[in-house]
Amino acid sequence: MSGWLDSILQGLLLGALYALFAAGLSLVFGVMRLVNVAHGDFIVLSAFLALALQRLLGFSSPFLTLILLVPLMFIFGYLLQRTVLNPALGEDILRPVLITFGLSVIIQNGLLQAFSADSQKLHGGRLEVASIALPAGLAVGTLPLLTLVVSAALIGLLQWMLYNTRLGRALRATSDDLSTAGLMGVNTPHLFAVAAGIAMVTVAVAGVFTGVRASFDAVSGPDWLIFAFEAVIIGGLGSLWGTLAGGMILGMAQTTGARFSPSWQLLSGHLVFLAILIFWPRGLFPRRME
Amino acid sequence: MIVQPMHAAIRVEQSSSTSRMAGLGALVLIAALFSSPAWLDRGHLSMLMEFFYFLAIAQMWNLLAGFAGIISLGQQAFLGLGGYVLFSLSIQHGWNPIAALLMAGVVGALVAIPGALVVFRLQGAYLAIGTWVVAETFKLAFSEVTSLGAGSGISLPASVARAVSLGPLHRDTVLYAAALLIAFLSTFCSYALLRSQAGLALTAVRDNEATARSAGVNSLRIKLLVFVATGFGTALTGALIYLSKLRISPAAAFDVNWTSYMIFIVVIGGIGTLEGPIAGTLVFFLLRQYLSDLGSWYLILLGVVAVVVMLRMPSGLWGTFAKSRDISLFPTRRRLAYSAADSRATGEVMYPGKEHR
Amino acid sequence: MSLLTVSKLNACYGDFQALFEIDLEANPGEVVAIIGANGAGKSTFLSAIAGNVRSRGNAISLGGEAISGLRPWEIVRRGVALVPEGRRLFSSLSVEENLLIGAYAKKKDAWPLAQIYELFPQLKLKNRLSSLSLSGGEQQMVAIGRALISNPRLLMCDELSLGLAPVVVHDIYETLAAIRDRGVALIIVEQNVKQALAFADRVYCFQEGRVSLTGRANQLKPEQISRAYFGLEGAA
Repeated sequence: MSGWLDSILQGLLLGALYALFAAGLSLVFGVMRLVNVAHGDFIVLSAFLALALQRLLGFSSPFLTLILLVPLMFIFGYLLQRTVLNPALGEDILRPVLITFGLSVIIQNGLLQAFSADSQKLHGGRLEVASIALPAGLAVGTLPLLTLVVSAALIGLLQWMLYNTRLGRALRATSDDLSTAGLMGVNTPHLFAVAAGIAMVTVAVAGVFTGVRASFDAVSGPDWLIFAFEAVIIGGLGSLWGTLAGGMILGMAQTTGARFSPSWQLLSGHLVFLAILIFWPRGLFPRRME
Repeated sequence: MIVQPMHAAIRVEQSSSTSRMAGLGALVLIAALFSSPAWLDRGHLSMLMEFFYFLAIAQMWNLLAGFAGIISLGQQAFLGLGGYVLFSLSIQHGWNPIAALLMAGVVGALVAIPGALVVFRLQGAYLAIGTWVVAETFKLAFSEVTSLGAGSGISLPASVARAVSLGPLHRDTVLYAAALLIAFLSTFCSYALLRSQAGLALTAVRDNEATARSAGVNSLRIKLLVFVATGFGTALTGALIYLSKLRISPAAAFDVNWTSYMIFIVVIGGIGTLEGPIAGTLVFFLLRQYLSDLGSWYLILLGVVAVVVMLRMPSGLWGTFAKSRDISLFPTRRRLAYSAADSRATGEVMYPGKEHR
Repeated sequence: MSLLTVSKLNACYGDFQALFEIDLEANPGEVVAIIGANGAGKSTFLSAIAGNVRSRGNAISLGGEAISGLRPWEIVRRGVALVPEGRRLFSSLSVEENLLIGAYAKKKDAWPLAQIYELFPQLKLKNRLSSLSLSGGEQQMVAIGRALISNPRLLMCDELSLGLAPVVVHDIYETLAAIRDRGVALIIVEQNVKQALAFADRVYCFQEGRVSLTGRANQLKPEQISRAYFGLEGAA
């Protein structure tokens, strides 16, 4: 019994990481209907940048690199959106998909060139192995717990921003009706770029957390994109809390599958995803009328 | 303004003099290509064969994305499936490889039907990633099949490889001919489809599905038809590819890079045209020939070229060229022509068969 | 000096030309009505001024400044607000948020929210509700409020009375009169010719993308207007 409970618990914690992957994707899709196929590669890029920054600046903890990484990734996201992605947005969904696919190839191979194909890891020190004992013989690792806290906090922050600030109001209006938002005084290209920048901030955080938790390499991006994507779809389009729930459901599906056989972990996640897609094509907690 | 005279005879035209000339040229070229095993060396023959199967999968991806509006990032699922069906049938069940090849296509078509059920529930970019997930699921599933080598894959035994030869024709020639045939058929069948009534329906659906539906077009049926047909073709091509490679593994067969190549070829050449994939495959091969020793830089270059072309020349190399000169070698556009002598203007109703907004 | 001067405006959607050499003027505190059949180009005209449809050259000037080619939000900042046809309220936003979004471009200059509620007291009670749950008339009020809150010099209204009961239309036009009295220039596009003539100072009639008639509302004869509306010969 405690074995199952443990699986579920670990699944929830794993899911929090997936939700972290997915938060930026959910925001950007909600605001501008853009699915960035390179999203996972950007997370990998952040992890590598954190690695490089930590080595370069001699930080004791990779988490400290976030001080630089967060503004850096915001600017990167803003510029990328304004120069490359905004021109591609329009009725034709092919262009942004193909462009971001191209970006994905560029990033993966760029990282291969810069860092080789070796597997890498960020070292979080004692945080990585510490754990907290719970009743019923269960234990939670401090790092996964921290991930859960950060993930929920970040999503909560995004949610607060969307519903309680002038910026959030503009983002929601723009996602409802792009051309009318412009007519009401919203500088839509700038706003899209700000949303992309915010998404990149979540990507930076996701990159550091996943880099500490597990090893990664230049081509890990697509795997993470798929988890992010599955979390968003399971949770339902347009809902950030749904994305958190979606991540957790995915995490639990994976850890449950892993109980049968380690190689079944990913497969069970995909199968649950596909099943949910068949029965609830708009996800479990969808928000908007598509 | 269209001036309509009283007794005008209106015809629907599809070909033009350019396309008729091109048709003639194509026949000459195809004859040459079919005969090339007789006069071309093995190395070049093998390169041509690769050209053909890249062209085939590109044409099919183009039909799916450029005409049916289904952007699939998971066609490698069919490629790998076709390969594994071939290996399974010929190794485990003693089928003749050529028969197994055809069966691989059939299995691809059959899998496409429930596949569509899952995949069509999504739209646009989410459809794209959904198909990627399905391909990844295939990869993971096949990695579990120990009888076919699980994660490390399996090689084709020599006995099966030898069975590919047909009478006096050597194995290489048979494979070459099959590749040429598949490339030719994928182009030709796409062309035939687009010229037909179904093709008109397809174009209407791609341009504006809601309007097409209200005009009576069964958009779901036509999209399903295209999805199943490309499932067949891609699986068949996958079987051929792995028959010639003599070894298959999940990581290689279901590699998303196959989709990268399809996208690159179609995007650079010109999406939504039939000439585009031909041009794109040529460019792809040229780049590979001269730059592949650059390793990752070569792929980075491909990515950069794809991004730049998508931003600056969304119609691709061929598309941009064709539009500026209004040329079409595979004419699928339908024009209305007035033949009355006293009409002051010709009307041209554009059913954009090849332009992609 | 007129607030808005449009001179020889041409506007196209791709290859299709929708407006041909439009001349139009609007002054502060004045109501200009644009009438015409469907497809005459009235909404396109408003979109061109608002910046949603790109116009060529320097055909549009506001307060002496050329605004052709500026993006829509830049034009809002210069004091032009639009109440779009069909209202186009934001469905994810509450009533109050819809009002507030109109002030996005004008952080300092905007009307205080309280002033909008003074004008439309019914909205205050429903301010947290989704805009979708309001009646047609109330939605129109939100749309007007959203435009007003940006403190415009020029307010443009596209088909305000569409789908609304006459009593509601009457109330809305009373509100517009109050807005006019504050010195705002008004351009209203109206299907209801009678309503347009009753409220406006000057009228322009559009026909197939051209101005077929213009004059003071109280000086135009009905036959003149019919002819201009339908594009028959003999219009002024």
